[in-house]
Amino acid sequence: MKSLEELKKIKERTQRNVNMRDSVDGGHRVAVGMGTCGIASGARPVLNTFVEEVAKQNLDNVLVTQVGCMGNCTKEPMVEVIDSDGRKTIYGEIDEKKALEIVEKHLKNNEIIDMYKISSLD
Amino acid sequence: MLERTQVLICGGTGCLSSKAKEIEARFEKRVEELGIQDEVGIVLTGCFGLCEKGPIVIVYPDETFYSKVKVDDVDDIVNEHIYKGRIVERLVFDETIDEGVIKAFKDIGFYRSQMRIALRNCGVVNPFSIDEYIARDGYLALGQILENMSPQDVIEEVKKSGLRGRGGGGFSTGMKWQFAHNASGDQKYVLCNADEGDPGAFMDRAILEGDPHSVIEAMAICGYAIGATQGYFYVRAEYPIAVERLKNAINQAREYGLLGENIFSSDFSFDIGIRLGAGAFVCGEETALISSIEGERGMSRNKPPFPANKGLWDAPTIINNVETYANIPAIFLKGADWFKGIGTENSSGTKVFALGGKIANTGLIEVPMGTSLREVIFEIGGGIPNGKAFKAVQTGGPSGGCITEENLDTPIDFDSLTSLGSMMGSGGMIVMDEDNCMVDVARFYLDFTVDESCGKCTPCREGTKRMLEILDLITVGKGTHELLNELEELAYMIKDSSLCGLGQTAPNPVISTLAHFKDEYLAHIEDKRCPAGVCTELIEYFIEENCIGCTKCARACPTSCISGNVKELHIIDTNNCIKCGACAIACPVNAVVTR
Repeated sequence: MKSLEELKKIKERTQRNVNMRDSVDGGHRVAVGMGTCGIASGARPVLNTFVEEVAKQNLDNVLVTQVGCMGNCTKEPMVEVIDSDGRKTIYGEIDEKKALEIVEKHLKNNEIIDMYKISSLD
Repeated sequence: MLERTQVLICGGTGCLSSKAKEIEARFEKRVEELGIQDEVGIVLTGCFGLCEKGPIVIVYPDETFYSKVKVDDVDDIVNEHIYKGRIVERLVFDETIDEGVIKAFKDIGFYRSQMRIALRNCGVVNPFSIDEYIARDGYLALGQILENMSPQDVIEEVKKSGLRGRGGGGFSTGMKWQFAHNASGDQKYVLCNADEGDPGAFMDRAILEGDPHSVIEAMAICGYAIGATQGYFYVRAEYPIAVERLKNAINQAREYGLLGENIFSSDFSFDIGIRLGAGAFVCGEETALISSIEGERGMSRNKPPFPANKGLWDAPTIINNVETYANIPAIFLKGADWFKGIGTENSSGTKVFALGGKIANTGLIEVPMGTSLREVIFEIGGGIPNGKAFKAVQTGGPSGGCITEENLDTPIDFDSLTSLGSMMGSGGMIVMDEDNCMVDVARFYLDFTVDESCGKCTPCREGTKRMLEILDLITVGKGTHELLNELEELAYMIKDSSLCGLGQTAPNPVISTLAHFKDEYLAHIEDKRCPAGVCTELIEYFIEENCIGCTKCARACPTSCISGNVKELHIIDTNNCIKCGACAIACPVNAVVTR
């Protein structure tokens, strides 16, 4: 080890994976429906898009997780976003492109995208 | 690809012995079968602390806490939870489910009041990965120190933090470093005392197994502060997993140039070796430890000179305990003031305790100094199982004493425990309930010290043996008042005249049980009775009227001394009874009692 700079590089390389093990407070929680119906209609790439985009943009207070079937199978893949104040928004028929849009608008700017929204709960 | 889910499997000794390794292999296999191995991380980590519920598996990011997981449960977790997002409720630790809702495990009673500094990375990082340690700011403290601080600055910071030795003595770590810094010598040494020997204590093992790099980093910091270039771990050979992970960690640190020549391009060079001990309790005493590393028989010697002036091969030497070191990097990252602000005035920071004995949550915990014993035993520890009543808690192992109900609200720190006639020790806490005989407890610890006395000084070698003989006589009903007086007299004599800490503290279990439970000693001596029903010579098994005549006891008896017809009251022939207690265990209606 020659310098602190070198140490920092190693830290950055590994940090994303280790960060998951810390509790996230006061941010968004993104839950992707991963029931059989969800997976069949493409929830897995959507989930991975969220994971990668959130990490790439260093959105430290966003937790991306998966849940089971959300019930409304015709609208899969579905994504639920829970804000820090408890407000829940459910988006339906999400693909990778729409996922990126949710990251940009909702997760970064708290802007709900009505076009994809199928329900919301305060 | 970035991992979206991580499965952390406890890899502490406890969980490993209940097949954590096989569980890890099964996870890896199943995840690969589903083709999601790139999205899912499987990590064998350090101890989560709640050993009672092991093997433990935690799934991130949702922090689902699975307890008592078996190899056959793994496919369910992968298929349902990891693949489809459906939590496998039957395996979730029941305390994390609140009215059907699963809450984060960090909010349950066992974890809520804990504060983890020494254990900060245990159960979080992969102990085989130096990168994960670095990701959690590992080696940053060392780097910053080498870049910006003088050795004296480092010592001042440690002094300011108020850190005291966690191995039992409670001596100021900063002062110790100062002595070694001031001592003159071409060669100085940094030793890590990992010779954890108290029955029931396993915090050092957990740290070495779960976060070996934190100790390595701290030893390098100490080396810089006192001017040493060589360090040694003294760890017992009976900790094979800890040794394996330490070796791996030292090699990784060398590869990264975090040990070796000119660390961080500075003039500072430092390396660490491992010396294995054979597991003698006395080698936890610093001068005996030094003798053992030197290749001599592990025996203590007179102090002064203290090791800080004349230690390993007569060179100035620092010996700190594993847990003490584990606190050091955190102190430098967050500042001495932060550390000083935790705990009590004269005991800053936290302390790790190993909970054992009659307690619901057997395991490893870390709490701020000043937390009360009641909180530790009843809130974090979950209290006494099977509805039994609390009797006493033994702290400090064979060197400590018993603390009773009336003192449970005392805030725990170095000084308060000493004033109660016990001591902090390394942090073992053995909880005892109404079924424990205190004379027997004292006898157990004395038996241990008699075995472990090195034999160099007479009071410890001969005195503890005589004390044990008296205790043996009392437990078989041959005790007298004269013997009891003799026992007490011997206890203080040994305490005052022994050479090292082992002998000086060996009588403590007797002194403290005598102080709090004299009535139990007297019951053994005067009434020839063991109130807790433990001392076999003084008890008799007896079948009460509520016997239903099921014959289970008679069938369980190894000496066939129980007679009686089916559906009639059975009788024990006490002449042939060997008091093994098998009948009491077999009885479905608790009709077999002792008297």
